[in-house]
This record gives sequence, C-alpha cells and structure tokens, in this order.
Amino acid sequence: MSAHTISVRLENKPGALARVSQLFSRRGYNIQSLAVGPTEHADISRLTLRVDCNEHSLEQIEKQMHKLVNVLRVTELRPEEAVERELALFTVSVSTDKRAELVALSQVAGARVADVGRDAITFEFVGRPDEVEAFEELVRPYGVRELVRTGRVGLRRPSAGGRTTTPSVQV
Amino acid sequence: MGLTRGTRMLGSDAILRSLELEGVDVAFGIPGGAILPTYDAIARGTSVRHVLARHEQGAGHMAEGYARASGKVGVAIATSGPGATNLVTPIADAWMDSTPLVCITGQVRSSLIGTDAFQEIDATGITMPIVKHSWLVQDVEELPGVLRAAFHVARTGRQGPVLVDVAKDVQEAEFDFAYPDDVDLPGWKPPHKVHARQIREAALAIAASERPIIYAGGGVLNADACVELRALVDSAKLPAVVTLMGKGCLPDSHPLNYGAPGMHGSKFANWALNKADLVIAVGSRFDDRVTGKLSAFAPGAKVIHFDIDAAEVGKIRHAEIPVVGPLKLALAQLAEEVRAVAADGSATRDPWLRQLEDWRARFPFRYAKADGQLKPQTAVEALRDLAGDRDDIIWTTGVGQHQMWAMQYLVCDRPRSFITSGGLGTMGYGLPAAIGAKAARPDATVVCIDGDGCFQMTCQELATAALERLPIVAVVLNNGWLGMVRQWQEMFYDERFAQTHLTHAVPDYAQLAEAYGCAGFTVENEEQLEDALSAAFNAGRSAVVDVRCDPEEKVFPMVPAGAAAIDVMEAPEEEVRA
Repeated sequence: MSAHTISVRLENKPGALARVSQLFSRRGYNIQSLAVGPTEHADISRLTLRVDCNEHSLEQIEKQMHKLVNVLRVTELRPEEAVERELALFTVSVSTDKRAELVALSQVAGARVADVGRDAITFEFVGRPDEVEAFEELVRPYGVRELVRTGRVGLRRPSAGGRTTTPSVQV
Repeated sequence: MGLTRGTRMLGSDAILRSLELEGVDVAFGIPGGAILPTYDAIARGTSVRHVLARHEQGAGHMAEGYARASGKVGVAIATSGPGATNLVTPIADAWMDSTPLVCITGQVRSSLIGTDAFQEIDATGITMPIVKHSWLVQDVEELPGVLRAAFHVARTGRQGPVLVDVAKDVQEAEFDFAYPDDVDLPGWKPPHKVHARQIREAALAIAASERPIIYAGGGVLNADACVELRALVDSAKLPAVVTLMGKGCLPDSHPLNYGAPGMHGSKFANWALNKADLVIAVGSRFDDRVTGKLSAFAPGAKVIHFDIDAAEVGKIRHAEIPVVGPLKLALAQLAEEVRAVAADGSATRDPWLRQLEDWRARFPFRYAKADGQLKPQTAVEALRDLAGDRDDIIWTTGVGQHQMWAMQYLVCDRPRSFITSGGLGTMGYGLPAAIGAKAARPDATVVCIDGDGCFQMTCQELATAALERLPIVAVVLNNGWLGMVRQWQEMFYDERFAQTHLTHAVPDYAQLAEAYGCAGFTVENEEQLEDALSAAFNAGRSAVVDVRCDPEEKVFPMVPAGAAAIDVMEAPEEEVRA
C-alpha cells in the first residue's frame, strides 16, 4: 500500500462528482482527500484525489474511472513530476502574553494571520502537504482549537517534460 | 428520418419519437402518476408496441430478454418512486450481465424534486452504482439529446443499462423537437480498434502453446463475434470452453466445444482450463463461479485476455497479453495472424486434443435414475430432444439447480438461444425474460425452464404472456424446495433445512396457469413427460408444465452422487497429477 495522487478532469455536470466518489466507496477504495474546483474551461472541473492503495488497485481505479461518462481524463500525479499544494486554516488558542511569540513563529513558518480574537488566532497556511503537517506540529503546543484542510491539489510540472496532460491509461 | 427539424410537440411525444428514431419496436412497462403524460403520448399513437407488464421488475426482465434475443437495446418504462425502485433489480441484472437497456422513469415535477413529494425517489441516485450512466431531465430542450446519448451509451463499448429520469413537467412541456445526429459525450470513448502488436503477440503465443484453451464468455454474443470465434476455432484447431453466459456463441455440438467450466461445469472443461499452458479469454471475466479458488485456477497457464472493457483485463487474473478492443475485429485479425504465424510452424497439440477427448469420453454428465422418482435432468433431456428439430428455439432460465441442469444438458447451436441471469443470479428472471424474447422474435419457440421457487417470484407475468399474445412455454422443475439452497444445506449445513421447503402442491401450477388464461399440465412421472411437453409446445397459447421431480436431486458436474460438488474444483490437480 502506498499513497497516490490522481488528477481527474471531469465534465461539470450534475451528479458527476457523486459518480466518482460512489465508485470509490463501491469498489472499497479509501479516499484520503478530495479537492474539486473549476479549471481554465468553465464546463470542466478538476478533481485531485489522494488514495492509499496498491499498484493493482490504482490501475483498477483509473480504469474504472475512465468508464464514467463524465470523466474526461485520469492522470496519476507522481510526486517528482507534480506541484502539489494544500491550504489549511488553523484556529490556535493563545493567551495575551504568548500572542507576539506565536505570531512571530507563524511568520517564520510562512503562515498568514487571517483573524485575531481575544484568546485565539486563525492562521492560513498554504504549502506542500508535508509543510502543512509541519506547521500543525509547530502550533500544536499552543492548543489547536479548530483545523480545516482543503486537501491537496496538484498539477503536473511543465519542467517534468512531456505533455502536461498525458493520460496514464490508454483507452 | 421522416421528421422535419423543429417539429412542435410535447416532451412526452418527443420520448416516443426518439424511441421510434432509435429503431425501438417494443417497449415494456407499467404506467403511473409521474409517467402518465408519456402514456398519453402512447395513446396518441406510436409505432412502438407497448407490452403491459404486471410488475416493473417483470417489465425490466422482459426488456432484458428482448435485448438478449434480438441484440438490440431493450426499453423499460416505469413511473417514479416504487416504479423506479421495482426496476432496480433488472437494472442490476443488466449491469452484471452487460445487457443493453434504456430505462425511462417518470419523476415528480421539477418544482417538487427534493421535497419528498408523493412517489418521489432519487432514481438516478439509487441506481448510480449499477448503470453505465443516468440522466435526470428537468429541461425539455435537453430531452432529445439525452435520449440519443442514452441509446448510444447503452449499446456502445461494454453494453449495459442506462436510466433516463424525466420530470413530469418536462413530459408536459411543448418545444421544437429535433433529434440530434450526433452525441455530445466528450468523456465516452469506447475502444474501436485493437493494437496490431498485441494481436501479433497473441498469435505467437498461440503458435507456441502445446495446450491452449479458449475461454469464451457472454462478451462474444454481445460483440456479435460468434462467426469470427468459430472461424478462429476451426482454422487454428483451438479447443474452447464456453461459460454459462456465453452458451450458444460457439455451437454446443461443435467437436472442439468442451462446454461450460465452473462450479457446475463439466469435469473435462474444468480440467481443460486447469491443465492448459495458454488460456485465451474472450469476452469473459474470470468470474468466481468459473475460477473457484483463484490461486488454483489454470496455475500453469499464460493468459491472453480479449475484452472491450479495459477494466476487466487484469482485474482478477493477470493477463500476460492484454488485448482491449471490439471482439469482432480482434478475433478476425487474430485468425488471420494465427494463419500467418502458423506458416512458420506451430507446436504440436495433437496429444492435448486427444487428452481432452479422452476426458470428455470418460466423464460425461450423468445422473442416476431411480424408480418412482422423476429426475429433473430427465425433463431437461426430454426438452432438448423435443426441441431438436426446431430451427428457432430460445431457452430462458431462472437461477438455481434447474439453471445448472439446463446449462449441462441443453444443446444450443445458435447464438442468442440461451438467455439466463448469470452475474446477479436473479431468481424470477426466466418467465419475464421469455416473454421479452418472444416479443423480439415472434416466430421462435420460447421455453422457460424454471424452478418452483423462481417461478413464484414473477409468475404474475403469465397474464402479460396471455393478454399480449406472446405465447411461451414455462416448464417448472418442481421439486418443492429452494433446491440449490437445500443442496447447500444438505452438504454444508448438516442437513438443517431451514426455510427452504416450498411443497410440491401449493400452488397447483396447472390451475394457476389456467387462472391466467394459459394451458396447464402436471407431470408426475416419466411416462407423462413427453406427452405433456408436446401438448404444451403445441397448445397455441402460453403453457405451464408442472414437472414434479425428485426433491433430493443435487447438481453435480462429474463427481459421483454424494460427493461434494465443489470438490470438482480440487479434483483436477490431484487426478491430473496422478
């Protein structure tokens, strides 16, 4: 078992996302994260899926997804060939006397302050998924009150060469 | 096609015009609130014959029987809510067996969708895992394009069911109807050719193999590739086994056809797969009922897998040589390539062919006759003999023991002459499927071999057969039990026969048949069998033959009575080795 990132170009049609997600549950594959949003074309969405499975299952996932009528293209984003980012919001408890220290720390780590309350600060952090996790570790001692992550999104690196949209399964 | 572009009409009429333009001659269904406008359009006139079923499940299986008998897309129509949920079983059945089906369901008005309105159910949601695709139509302008796409998706690539859910107000709306020439489905690209290199690889593997076996399935029938398969078998002298779903794709009486493998297949078919050095899978999917324990399935064989569906290749069993594409094309190219390669010399396989013949001679299907008991196999043999001189016969079955005996003892030499529920194993499939097959091929003699348990699940469709003048013969192998379940209870549950006894006598099937306007016959012993079956075949109306058979008879492939049926899967290794 290993984690894989799959990028899916999907027609922006009612039920299209449900068809993809039900396929995963139906065939017993576990989605670690799923991010979906518009692309350069108004009628096409891009899904970035993170799944934990073996190579055989990955091949099955890709082939089964290709059979969905609304799915236009399925590509595995290999780590060395992809740019992957995630956005996370952290609300961290902090007393007045520790506030300056926490803000300074977060700035060093590359986070932005999104909101400041009487006894808590909400940070926004954008970065690679491992950086998001590192930031969480950093602020954990202060007390993470709430946390939300978008799930990773990714694109193939132009610098990796080849077509940026090479399908991983030939149909 | 006879319709000027932009003809003003209602959505309901547009549904019928679309069916007509798709070449649909028969549709099966039941009206109800949310689909009423479309039935009103049927009343206004259409060339589509509507067959009124007694239950939506029956309508769905009729559409399946129609599709499998004709090769065309079957159409079922139902209302919202319970109408749609009653279609779920046939949709699932069509999904598992790759039967092309367009199901049209009414939906509550657009303004009511999502409010838990009367007879509202999320039909597209409920069926999502068991359709190739589905559409909820809430804009009448989309209706023609959706129907065009629905038929296209159902019949192209790996065939299967689709659902079109049409809101009631869409059926009532007026618009300018124009049926599109093309489909707008950028994500639907089924393969239409095969890689020449893969064909070459396959031909080389075949030439090099000493013990090849073709493993043909239902995909050959769906792909209309029976002629090509036979040409390959004949020209390359390749022996074949044919699955339950594929029965008829290669004539059963062809000398190189070794019949069905699997749980209740013959010993020789299972051994052929087990000892092969090359398995050529063609439109088959390594179903667990065929392979048994996967690690022991064809352990010494290389696999070539031909399939239209890339996801089937390598799903269960690794394929050394995958060939994805239309089977008709692939098999024709393969036969040619095999001929070309064979010119350079092939491995000798005469010893293998002699071995297969020896196994076939030594291990025929057999059963023990007993005094005073009519064996179900005897009834199937009598049917086979009775049908022998008829050109156009179609068999359908339910699911269970009778189905396995039908598979073992019937001789089907023509494609689309054996119609059964394989993947889903839907009890109650046989009778409505027979009615649908009769609607597709009115000149055929259509015989449903059923069990008493199966028959009681959909027997109200006798009314459909009688009133729609679609005469079929239903032969109920009545053992008074849920026979296959009973068999498992006897063999694996220490003979605790929990809730499987149905009794021979209730209902009285002959009287039930008469009540539905069909002819009824009861057979209590072998002497009565032939006369009753003949009378039923010649009744001039639908007929039911209640064949009261031995309640304790079990399905066995080759092993002597009393041994575990699943042991046949283990036998090849031991005995072949010995």
